[in-house]
Amino acid sequence: MTAPPDTETALEVSDLCVDIHTPDGTLRAVDAVSFTASRGETLALLGESGCGKSMTARAVAGLLDPVAEAAGTVRLAGVDLLAADERTRRAKAGPEIAIVFQDALTALNPVYPVGTQLAEPFRIHRGLSRRAARQAAVELMERVGIPEPQVRADNYPHQFSGGMRQRLLIAMAVALQPRVLIADEPTTALDVTVQAQIMQLLRDLRSEHRMALVLITHDLPLVAEEADRVAVMYAGSVVETGPVDEVFADPRHPYSKGLLDSVPDGGPRDEPLRSIPGVPPELHAIPTGCVFHDRCSLARDRCRAERPPLAELGSGTRRTACFYPDEVPNA
Amino acid sequence: MSTPDMTTTEHTPASPAPTAAAPRRRGSPRLTRLLLADRVATAAAIVLLLAALCALLGPLLLGEVAQRQDLALARRPPFSLDLGLFGLLGTDALGRSVLARLVVASATTFSVALPTVLLSMLIGSTIGMWAGYHRGLRETVAMRVADVIMSFPSLLLAVVVLYVFDPSVATIVLVLTITRIPVYLRTARAEAAQLRSRGFVDAARTFGTAGGAIIRRHVLPITLPTLLTVATLDFCYITLAESSLSFLGIGIQPPDVSWGLMVSEGRTYLRTAWWLSFFPGLAIVVTTVAATVLSAWVRLAGDPAQRWRLTAPRSRRPSMASTAVIDQEARP
Repeated sequence: MTAPPDTETALEVSDLCVDIHTPDGTLRAVDAVSFTASRGETLALLGESGCGKSMTARAVAGLLDPVAEAAGTVRLAGVDLLAADERTRRAKAGPEIAIVFQDALTALNPVYPVGTQLAEPFRIHRGLSRRAARQAAVELMERVGIPEPQVRADNYPHQFSGGMRQRLLIAMAVALQPRVLIADEPTTALDVTVQAQIMQLLRDLRSEHRMALVLITHDLPLVAEEADRVAVMYAGSVVETGPVDEVFADPRHPYSKGLLDSVPDGGPRDEPLRSIPGVPPELHAIPTGCVFHDRCSLARDRCRAERPPLAELGSGTRRTACFYPDEVPNA
Repeated sequence: MSTPDMTTTEHTPASPAPTAAAPRRRGSPRLTRLLLADRVATAAAIVLLLAALCALLGPLLLGEVAQRQDLALARRPPFSLDLGLFGLLGTDALGRSVLARLVVASATTFSVALPTVLLSMLIGSTIGMWAGYHRGLRETVAMRVADVIMSFPSLLLAVVVLYVFDPSVATIVLVLTITRIPVYLRTARAEAAQLRSRGFVDAARTFGTAGGAIIRRHVLPITLPTLLTVATLDFCYITLAESSLSFLGIGIQPPDVSWGLMVSEGRTYLRTAWWLSFFPGLAIVVTTVAATVLSAWVRLAGDPAQRWRLTAPRSRRPSMASTAVIDQEARP
């Protein structure tokens, strides 16, 4: 959060739906998700596992399997990626949008030296010669803080530590200086000190290239520390968005409030941890009306019948999908 | 976006100039040293090299000797030097030297088996990887075609084709190739389908690598060792399949001779002259075993994470045979 975010919108996702085809019928994993990310800012997609945040990321990056289908619009530099043909999408992938995966070991091909793999984006998009691409890869490795990049470029992925592998993945993702970088739980598999280094690196790269960083995570402290804005997801829908400070200080959706309340905050030791009753719904049994009504203490008949839209709250920077946002603070 | 210079240059105080001159410690010298360190693999390589030499030079040097008949010297037992060096492995029913015929036959054997293995591997694995990577309709069609070929008795297909066309090396290769394609197709498809969901394929897709390039760069290198193992085992199968065709009289036509043909010719004399079938059979087995050992070595040497094992004493290595057995079980 070093530089003030630009107002220039880099990524605009609206009404994104992802349907997964299964033998038992079609499941809606992501339901009408909308968000925008501006250049130079960090947007966090926050939610429990299974809430559809990774599906959203894969849909935006164009990585859905044939069994899953995306609808809606993903607007990137004026082009709708979901409507674009394969060639256009490929041309955008890399220079415009890139993704960092959670599991760094499987995201690197075990049979190539890392230098060769890092050179691949340069060879595909810039048509560099083998040698020039390798040189670019070595510089990239140096930039992401890999010591002795010249020597290490000849090493294979299994010869790197977890943190170094994550650095390599980040290097590969930012190789072509994309406008939008999606980081899908980039630090989940790492220990805390390495986590801090990786986040520092992402932050630096973000300001350097004025990227829009979409940080997908379930880690509340990480969101509080890193993100400018947050979109809280539950059961495939965005339930609340807004600047992180405001949302965390004063959540206006019962789910966000429950989530934030469940974080131990150094209160009296004998006080039980608060939790949200019930469990998130299965994808095939998402309730009608508000997705959260069966776990919500504020729920009433209207919530069961009608789905609340993601409506603006007073200030205009925040939105919440609740009919009774004013009652949430006292719930 | 077209300028190759990276913004990173301003973060690197060290001059990147000496980079280009940095030595690349990869390539053949290291592999050769690795091979020589492994005695068994070296032996296998030597056997294959000898077999290749026989196939290349045999017909030129020994073509005459292999044709020379002498009914008075028919079916002489092996391991006696009465008839000179060429009588070492005995003589056949027409008094021809088994050793000379073995050397000459290697040329025919390789000219059938090698193109067949290479062609069926090339075609089968290309279609298989393509089908496995793209899934969907392409996969369904490819797999059903493979099923049709496999469910059709391959010998019957061969008989029909070879009765219609003249039996020649080219037609035999063609027929055997068609019947062996499904083996590689299924193996390659299974590997590609599993690899397509791996992270590095996703990673390549996120920076815009096209399907063909992903198959070439990320699927093929990982699938290749498995395909090579299947191919070496298939070499034996094809040699014997060719001999069955020869036995039916629609394979290699005399006076040409192949190891498979020699095995089937010798069957008539199994009780009285075992060496007629035994030595060509042994040649097939030795070649196949050598190819299997070498392909297992290639499999290890080609895997960066496994390569160190080749420097460990052989007794402490995991059994390489086990992987070959698994691959064999995957075959029809």
